[in-house]
Amino acid sequence: MSVKLNTRQVGDVSVVDVAGRITLGEGSSALRDALRDMVTKNQKKILLNLGDVSYIDSSGIGELVSGFTTVTNSGGQLKLLNLTKRVKDLLQITKLYTVFDVHEDEAGAIRSFA
Amino acid sequence: MRDPARHESETVERFLDSTLDSVDHAEELAVAVAQRAGFDEEELLKIGMAVRESMVNAVVHGNRYNANKRVRFSVVKNSERFTIRIADEGDGFDYEQLPDPLAQENLLRGSGRGIFLIRSFMDELEVRRLEPGGMEFIMVKYMGPK
Repeated sequence: MSVKLNTRQVGDVSVVDVAGRITLGEGSSALRDALRDMVTKNQKKILLNLGDVSYIDSSGIGELVSGFTTVTNSGGQLKLLNLTKRVKDLLQITKLYTVFDVHEDEAGAIRSFA
Repeated sequence: MRDPARHESETVERFLDSTLDSVDHAEELAVAVAQRAGFDEEELLKIGMAVRESMVNAVVHGNRYNANKRVRFSVVKNSERFTIRIADEGDGFDYEQLPDPLAQENLLRGSGRGIFLIRSFMDELEVRRLEPGGMEFIMVKYMGPK
């Protein structure tokens, strides 16, 4: 399986449940397209739930960073939820863990956008 | 007692097309050999990711998906070292001049982390230019106990 993205609205926050592999090709481009689409639709509060991400490579990490930059530059906020150990480790060794606002609890993450 | 598989040698060599399918194939091949060599899950993941990043570099940046160019991929395991070589036929690049992805000014760049991850995951990484063209990544994991 490559990647599956399901978007749901919780109040004014768009929660994107990401599952599968975020790697060069279909996985990373799907994430890029989804985030650009939300920015185009003026959705300013985006929460990426990465709890079911089984694998991510440097291209996937690059898409997270590019998405963060795109959303921030458009005046919005992009936050991360439920990092697996694998994704957390990769964000830590690339020094990106502190760049993102990372949450382990969805309700808390939603409240943090207020 | 040490796993006897750790003392056997094994060599796998392939000439792969410049496609993303080859990236998956090389990762699977390397992980299968590493599994037979007795590496644990954590090390298998690191080896797989290092191969993936190196293959992406060869296919995308080296050979630029050129159907006329191949990626030479090999895994050699002996009692001391697990060595993966990945060579492309591209124009090459200056390894010493690559920007540091951990530098503050590069942190938010959308690319440029692949080789850093390979260095993080493997015990040794050598990157060298080939004649008449191309780059070769030589990645090593030590077989003995850490």
